[in-house]
Amino acid sequence: MTVETRPSGGRSGELLSLLRSGTGTVTVLLVLIFVVIATQNPSFFEGPPLMAFAKKAAPLVILAIGQYLVIVSGEFDLSVGSLVGAQVVIAARLIDGEEAMTFPVIGLMLLFGLLVGLVNGLVTTLLKVPSIITTLGTMLILFGAVRYWTGGAPTGALSEGFRVFGRHGLEGVPVLGQLPWALVIAVIAAVGAILLMRSPFGRSLMATGDNDTAAAFSGVRVWRVRTLAFVGSSLMATVAAVLIGGFAGVTAQVGQGLEFTAITAVVLGGVVLGGGRGTVVAAVLGALTVEALFTLFNQLYLPSTIQPTAQGLIIIAAVAYASRRGDLRLPERLRRRPAHPTEQPLDSSRR
Amino acid sequence: MRVSRVLLAGAASLTLVLTACTTDAPEGSPDADGGNGEENGALTPDAEWFDQAEFDAQIAQREITPEGPEDEPWMQAIEPEYIDTSEFAIDDPEDATVCFSNASVSNPWRVTGFITMEQQVEALVDEGRIGDFRSSDAADDDNQQISDIQAFVDSGDCDAIIISPSTTATLTPAVETACESGVPVIVFDRGVNSDCMVTFIHPIGGYAYGADAADFLVEELEPGSTVLALRILPGVDVLEHRWAAAQQIFGDSELEVLGFEFTEGDGAAIKDLVSQHLQRGDVDGIWMDAGDGAVAGLEAFEDAGQPYPVIAGEDELSFMRKWEEEELTAIAPVYSNFQWRTPVIAAGMILAGEEVPAEWILPQDPIREDELDDYLDRNSDMPSLHYAKFGGEDLPGFPEAWTDR
Repeated sequence: MTVETRPSGGRSGELLSLLRSGTGTVTVLLVLIFVVIATQNPSFFEGPPLMAFAKKAAPLVILAIGQYLVIVSGEFDLSVGSLVGAQVVIAARLIDGEEAMTFPVIGLMLLFGLLVGLVNGLVTTLLKVPSIITTLGTMLILFGAVRYWTGGAPTGALSEGFRVFGRHGLEGVPVLGQLPWALVIAVIAAVGAILLMRSPFGRSLMATGDNDTAAAFSGVRVWRVRTLAFVGSSLMATVAAVLIGGFAGVTAQVGQGLEFTAITAVVLGGVVLGGGRGTVVAAVLGALTVEALFTLFNQLYLPSTIQPTAQGLIIIAAVAYASRRGDLRLPERLRRRPAHPTEQPLDSSRR
Repeated sequence: MRVSRVLLAGAASLTLVLTACTTDAPEGSPDADGGNGEENGALTPDAEWFDQAEFDAQIAQREITPEGPEDEPWMQAIEPEYIDTSEFAIDDPEDATVCFSNASVSNPWRVTGFITMEQQVEALVDEGRIGDFRSSDAADDDNQQISDIQAFVDSGDCDAIIISPSTTATLTPAVETACESGVPVIVFDRGVNSDCMVTFIHPIGGYAYGADAADFLVEELEPGSTVLALRILPGVDVLEHRWAAAQQIFGDSELEVLGFEFTEGDGAAIKDLVSQHLQRGDVDGIWMDAGDGAVAGLEAFEDAGQPYPVIAGEDELSFMRKWEEEELTAIAPVYSNFQWRTPVIAAGMILAGEEVPAEWILPQDPIREDELDDYLDRNSDMPSLHYAKFGGEDLPGFPEAWTDR
């Protein structure tokens, strides 16, 4: 069984694997970026600015966790950006400033997220449509549907109660000043995801991403595991939508391009596209690195026009560095293949 | 298996490319050497986007009283030179088909305008000034718009063609093709490098907009105050002109411009950028090249526990409502949304052989504090991403057409 690509030799073993994996690289990168930020803006590491950073980064961390679940199972979810946009617009329209509507609407958003995840998952697994196509389709459908529904200009307003999660926090915390709810929610999501990945479900998910044929033979219901991963991603996108809507309110552009930022974060964390490798912590660190990079560019007064280029170069360099060190080895199934020619016909039925 | 691997690698590179696209500059953006700090010469307008004569003309036009009915700004024109259109007059305008090639409805300003245009069409059809209205939407794609215009020409059904070009240079030949077909062509909003159309309809322009905003900040702020500029994106002429005018005015003032930031009008980006500037020092004034997300920028001040800045937003209602609630020191520069009414009215006039201005310059007055309550009152039922000077209060379908969008 290929589950063993992820060493599971107790606490010290996991710590070791953490440092050996892509997590090591991304940690170094993150520390490096933080150091440069600190030289530019020494007050960055005082409580309030750091908490402001956490508040801004929390939605991407949550999106990256969701994206991680899907990527580690060997799929992609391109629909999350549109989903975030759709959810915020739906929330604004349905709440329309009414405090009493806050929680019913959040409940409805979670149901909608669940539905989108189910559709993504079932179309990918049962109809065998490649996930990149399925979720590209969902992305366009949601984008178009929201445009159609709102005529291009979102209406309504979010209630103050709704905005609390993304905008406010626990006041009067020593040193930090304010402990943003967004940070609390992101930490809960991260811990939850770590626990999930250690559960039997998490191991099945990892095995599916590594080699779904083998996983299927060993009794994993691949379609169910992957569908649940998509549901997880969509639910995380919904939580992110609550935070993003809360952070800055409704604009017509909300959510645009977030799917690629989330995938970038996960890739930067060293979670291999194609599945089967990588940790939740790495994805979270990847998200923090991307956000830190944005902050750094801003601190350096880098012209915004050149920022994407710098971002692209750093990502490629980081991943190349990691793979040169052998951190990002090819997944087990690729290296093994020549020795198992009979696997070919089985494998081609994948997706 | 190998194929899927290649696919994944392709997807990964696609990811990077598209990540770049979402924030990348469109073609023709100014060189990166503009930088965005004062030390990098942020206060010298980029020559590509600054035309002193045009700047002076627009500054002067702000003071000129336009000709036309006082309560119908969409019918007013600044220093018009009327031209004869009798060659285009047709006998049965009530059966005439007016075709409209729209660049896009990709932002709330265009959405608001297009609704107003459709309601104006309804009014004109009721009056028998035109018969039928067809529109195509190019979704910000130049090639799509070129083929949309070609399709209108080829169909031979259009008695007049209205074009709102997506970009200036690329659409010029398409507009000329439409002119050559012999039907009257009306261009509005953004221009083209040709004068083959019967009339070109536009508000005063980007320089006047940017100057209204910058002048207000210069007046309201003490010398030495700091100003942060928030811009949507580079390389779009109407937006570049706004910034060039502001650079010109700030350059002659005692204000300290902290820099400018591109935000794509995204509230989260605006709030984050403003928060970061506030961590590094005071920001006394905010200049924006369009009001999208102004409220998010103001919230950054609230969350940082700092006093509100003097701000130039836009006549977008979310900003104007915030302005009233918080009693801000603010101005709403206006890029007259009511201009969407004028082209269809002009089509009706041309098909009836009535004179129209060759260049129809519409008034473009900012909303100041003394008019704030009046405009909020008039638009009280409107959604927050609606523009106060949409000018459709007297059209059929008001207010439902705009509220139920």
